Amino acid sequence: MNWLTDYVRPKLKELMGKEKKDVPDNLWHKCPGCEQMLYHRELVENLSVCQYCNHHLRISVKKRLELLFDGGNYKEIPLGKVVQDPLKFKDTKKYADRLKTYRDKTKREDAMTVAVGTIGGKKVVISAFDFGFMGGSMGMAVGEGILKGAEEAVRSKAAFITIPASGGARMQEAILSLMQMPRTTIAVQMIREAKLPYIVLLTDPTTGGVSASFAMLGDIAIAEPKATIGFAGKRVIEETIREKLPEGFQTSEYLLDHGMVDLIVERKDLHSSLSKLLSHILK
Amino acid sequence: MLTLDFEKQIHDLETKIEELRHMASGEEMDIIEEISTLQNKVDKLLKQKYSKLSAWEKVQVARHPERPHTKDYIKDLIEDFIELAGDRNFAEDAAIIGGFGKFNGNPVMVIGQEKGADTESRMKHNFGMPKPEGYRKAQRLMLLAEKYDIPVITFVDTAGAYPGVGAEERGQSEAIARSIDICLGLKVPIISVVVGEGGSGGAIAIATANSVLMLEHSVYSVISPEGCASILWRSADRKKDAAAALKLTAQDLHKLKVIDDIITEPLGGAHRHHKEIFKNVNNALQKELTNLKKLNGQTIMIQRRKKFLDMGRNL
Ligand SMILES: [Zn+2]
Repeated sequence: MNWLTDYVRPKLKELMGKEKKDVPDNLWHKCPGCEQMLYHRELVENLSVCQYCNHHLRISVKKRLELLFDGGNYKEIPLGKVVQDPLKFKDTKKYADRLKTYRDKTKREDAMTVAVGTIGGKKVVISAFDFGFMGGSMGMAVGEGILKGAEEAVRSKAAFITIPASGGARMQEAILSLMQMPRTTIAVQMIREAKLPYIVLLTDPTTGGVSASFAMLGDIAIAEPKATIGFAGKRVIEETIREKLPEGFQTSEYLLDHGMVDLIVERKDLHSSLSKLLSHILK
Repeated sequence: MLTLDFEKQIHDLETKIEELRHMASGEEMDIIEEISTLQNKVDKLLKQKYSKLSAWEKVQVARHPERPHTKDYIKDLIEDFIELAGDRNFAEDAAIIGGFGKFNGNPVMVIGQEKGADTESRMKHNFGMPKPEGYRKAQRLMLLAEKYDIPVITFVDTAGAYPGVGAEERGQSEAIARSIDICLGLKVPIISVVVGEGGSGGAIAIATANSVLMLEHSVYSVISPEGCASILWRSADRKKDAAAALKLTAQDLHKLKVIDDIITEPLGGAHRHHKEIFKNVNNALQKELTNLKKLNGQTIMIQRRKKFLDMGRNL
């Protein structure tokens, strides 16, 4: 799995002023949904949604947060320090080196951003995954980010939103990544005990241990269209049952049909839908 | 008994002992002496081998088909076991079995994955790979235990949750997540024993416990060594490297403070002496139960949560 093959880098230059733009405006992207060629500038204007097939391409955390928070304004909460590579994991490459590569590339500590702001005037804390950082895989830092988000929401009596975009566990943190399943579930329980709203926005992809913990425990589960959401990988299932998978298997629409999510909301409508929802459930 | 690839020499000696036993009628002193010499040799080899099994060798021992399974532990350790079936929603899933019984005279709820022991029972128990209804049955039973203020013992032995279309349709992710959620909120003690394989999310769904114990040669991991090798090394042949890197042995996990204690196995592994491992598991469970019985429900829940929150922070 190459985590970056279909990851479209956001157009950062307008947002970050001095930041060197790393995607020329004349670049074309191939839509993963319909394989149409999409002109970069148009794609950005359309919130990285394909104008032909409505495929919601992956977007950066920064772009995501700007779309969701009122006026695009939010404050990031720094991730706490976590133990680095406690297993001294090495596959074809050292995990420590991999981390460094991704940190240099993304200018982020890990695959998690915690941010506070308002949506529809209501206080909200968001813990959002960055798929561009090792496929959004969940290790210690990500787990701590979810806990930190929940703690902040309880402290400020805010709604808590998690936005998974993750292939699942960070294998290089082995058992400690598995332990993030109960640890992030504790975050959900903290919010529940404070009687605050917990909303999950399922984005592409939400699979493995991420889907089988905090991501499936939302009071309300919203999915972006056509996101891949499921526990086991498609290839694993095909090899196990040796059958062709049903049409649209493990998509948002499939989950909606099977009663696993509350609603599917297009990217452009997320802010207004969340605003309405929060006006009902958060004082 | 299935011979593991690293046990060839031991197996050859054991075969020879068997042959000599058949020859001897009980009087021939030389044959008896020969048997005794060979047996000493076997014991020495087993001791040497099993004191320093590699991670991959432990995986093989943990998956040994004659290693006692959940049913065997229930049969030996639990009196008057009443098995309870079904999730009251969709189906009965025998990959997880559970019910009430008495452990050393006190009522307990026992829940565990069961792999099965022959072709027929393996099919019946779906090779110990639960579907959502299995986890939902486990949730129902845990909540029943809480209602009656009865502690929960879980036996963990699964390659993982079942990867299938139906399981996905019925919300495998939600079922596992909710099981973890219920484990964490329970106001009665939960003690988990990884008796064979602790396969990822499929295992932790019933192992988010106050005390997590592992048998000396059992394994517990976020992914199988084969799966990890094919993803990270792009070759399933690197499973030995993956097994070592994953730190999936009881000894490694104890050092990482992910598990609470290790239960010693008899010489040559649990599959060689069932009675002995039952005794050791009994003692270990009783010790944990006695300690946890002193705490009230709220404290039990808080202790469990704190334990998981501390994980990784305490390294
Ligand atoms: Zn398209």
